[in-house]
Amino acid sequence: MTATVERSVKQRRASQRPAALSPAKRKAARKRAVVPYMMLLPGIVLFVVFMAAPIVYTLYLSFQKTVVKGLGLGSGARSQVFAGLDNYIASLTDPAFAASVGRVLLYGLILIPTMLVLALLFALLLDSRRTRARGFSRVSIFLPYAVPAVISSLLWGFLYLPGVSPFYWIFDQLGWDVPSMLSPGLVMFAIANIALWGGVGFNMIVMYTSLKAVPSEIYEAATIDGASEVQIALRIKIPIIAPALVMTALFSMIATLQVFAEPMTLRPLTNSLSTTWSPLMFVYRDAFIRDDVYTASATSILIALATFAISFFFLRVVQRRAFGQED
Amino acid sequence: MRARLRIGAIATAAAAALIMTGCTATADSGSGSGSSDEKVELTYWAWAPNLDKVVDIWNKANPNIQVTVAKQDGGDPAITKLLTAIKAGSGAPDLIQAEYQKIPTLVSADAIADIAGDGAKDLSSTFPDGVWNSVTLGSDAVYAIPQDTGPMMFFYRDDIFQQLGVSVPTTWDEYADAARKIHTADPTKFLGTFSANDAGWFTGLSQQAGASWWSIDGDAWGVDIDAEPTQKVAEYWGGLVEEGVIDNKPMYTPEWNAGLNDGSQVGWTGAVWGPGVLSGNAADTAGKWKAAPLPNWDASSPSNGNWGGSSTAVTTQSKHAAAAVEFATWLNTDPAAVQALVTETGIYPAATDAAASALTEAPAFFSNQPDFYDVAAEAAQSVGDFTYGPNVNVAFSAYNDEFAKAAESKQASAFLEAVTAMQKITLDDMKASGFTVK
Repeated sequence: MTATVERSVKQRRASQRPAALSPAKRKAARKRAVVPYMMLLPGIVLFVVFMAAPIVYTLYLSFQKTVVKGLGLGSGARSQVFAGLDNYIASLTDPAFAASVGRVLLYGLILIPTMLVLALLFALLLDSRRTRARGFSRVSIFLPYAVPAVISSLLWGFLYLPGVSPFYWIFDQLGWDVPSMLSPGLVMFAIANIALWGGVGFNMIVMYTSLKAVPSEIYEAATIDGASEVQIALRIKIPIIAPALVMTALFSMIATLQVFAEPMTLRPLTNSLSTTWSPLMFVYRDAFIRDDVYTASATSILIALATFAISFFFLRVVQRRAFGQED
Repeated sequence: MRARLRIGAIATAAAAALIMTGCTATADSGSGSGSSDEKVELTYWAWAPNLDKVVDIWNKANPNIQVTVAKQDGGDPAITKLLTAIKAGSGAPDLIQAEYQKIPTLVSADAIADIAGDGAKDLSSTFPDGVWNSVTLGSDAVYAIPQDTGPMMFFYRDDIFQQLGVSVPTTWDEYADAARKIHTADPTKFLGTFSANDAGWFTGLSQQAGASWWSIDGDAWGVDIDAEPTQKVAEYWGGLVEEGVIDNKPMYTPEWNAGLNDGSQVGWTGAVWGPGVLSGNAADTAGKWKAAPLPNWDASSPSNGNWGGSSTAVTTQSKHAAAAVEFATWLNTDPAAVQALVTETGIYPAATDAAASALTEAPAFFSNQPDFYDVAAEAAQSVGDFTYGPNVNVAFSAYNDEFAKAAESKQASAFLEAVTAMQKITLDDMKASGFTVK
């Protein structure tokens, strides 16, 4: 919307330039040119204060470091100096960072397809004409999304710990030897399961909403042509809501790169999660445990750039397919 | 439309002007009242439970120095918050509850003030030498006033020990035998667990074995984690974990709590504040536990380590350092205050004489053991010196990561590798920061 306002102002200005204007008219024109910027002002101020300034400050910090003299005790023993690319090199060459990135990629490969397929399945089932108790089902699938990740991680953490979990008690009674979900081999699935539980509902609602926007004539026509429910779902519904699928996939990818609350909450319960399990935990450790905001800033910038690059690349690849028919 | 916009703009400007004048007005009246009245208001970040009740006693007696306790989540978050406030240049409290291992970090970040000149210097004889050393860092400065200490103790389920015919271990060899005996008798039971989550616990055990992870030699730091005492402790626990007679799960998890309650955790190498943890996590087992000195490496020369303990420090942003020191001195040395600390917050006071008179009755959870505080006093006496460095946080997070891997692998050799890794990470970090290191 802001873009349109700007464009119309520019057009108006351009049209006025060639004509010789009286001073009074020119003044009025200048005033008119200021008005849209006044309207933009609140947005610009909020953006600068809460987005641009912190980003610039983070960028500044990422090129700084503290240097300590001697024992480093007492005032004046610590000073902040320009670090060049040292912080970036430090985090890029830290094997713990590379390991955390690798872990998150694997985690995304497990989580995203599972989550989107389940969300799509639920959305299609809810949209199906024969579905009963639609409102109840929709709310109960969506509800976990309303539970904060820390709370859900605690809840699942209790269920994962063999010593306190009712499930493990049942397994025990049945005489089954089920390995702990928090053992090193399974902990990634344990975390993916929490994210899945919380995320399916949100993605389902997005898909379901765009399914609702499809005019019912299309389905009627398809039914008359003899298409079954499954065929309608596969050949009509899924292609039509492709933009929603792309958007949920993109959101899920970004959320995956930023996984933090779940492993952070589960960490004290197990030996299987290191303090640098995910990239954001790596940033957190540097900033708040090691008290090194400089390296943490550099790593944050790297993660932000990677997120941009991945989102951009993903959109380039799928955009034409997904949005092709819209333009 | 334009006319309406202009009216809107005028209204906005008027509102903005009103807000601005409003601000100035309050600011003026604020500074005015401050100069006419000499009342000092101090803020105190602390996490000890019920500390505000002890502070209330002070506030009633000292109307001119009013202290407000801002309850913190715990030792680590409070320090993180303080360091952030120091970096920001404002927002720090006047006083902070600081664990001993945090003091070098705080001094290095110029977050806490040297209060030797404000009367704290005279308190040296009030506290045990080892404790006093950790607030002075062996220098002429005084960076905090000790509040409590955490000499380590061994807690065990007396009923299960009697039932299985196990005698209370006095040496670590006996502890290992007891662990084997208990686990063999009932494979679901463990005498203890090796917790990769609690760096402070492992530090205490290493301190008992004679370790001091940092040292100051003239103008240079030394890092001595990967040395004989710590290696001995790591190898010992690694061996027990490898044998499977000691659990490898972290402490302070719902599972561990359940274990304390249902008797699958038969013992705990904790510290003097243990009764609070046990009564909170395993209330049903009251009266079944007993406390003993921590097992020793050499029965003929007993030694001990500290797990926890904290002090009261004055921050560099405080404008009322003298008043803050006056309050902190009262809080940690005055007999009435120390008595209140014991009853309200359940700490083990650092001040030697005040502690002796305040600690007469065993904690309720150990009412079956009237001599509880005699055992504790014995434990406190043999605590050795330990020097903390300016990057304890780095060493502790390295402990979490490296020993988690070792505990999970259940190999004694991995425990030794973890000690080496801790040494390397800690030393590399100090070198990278520019500290002079030996």
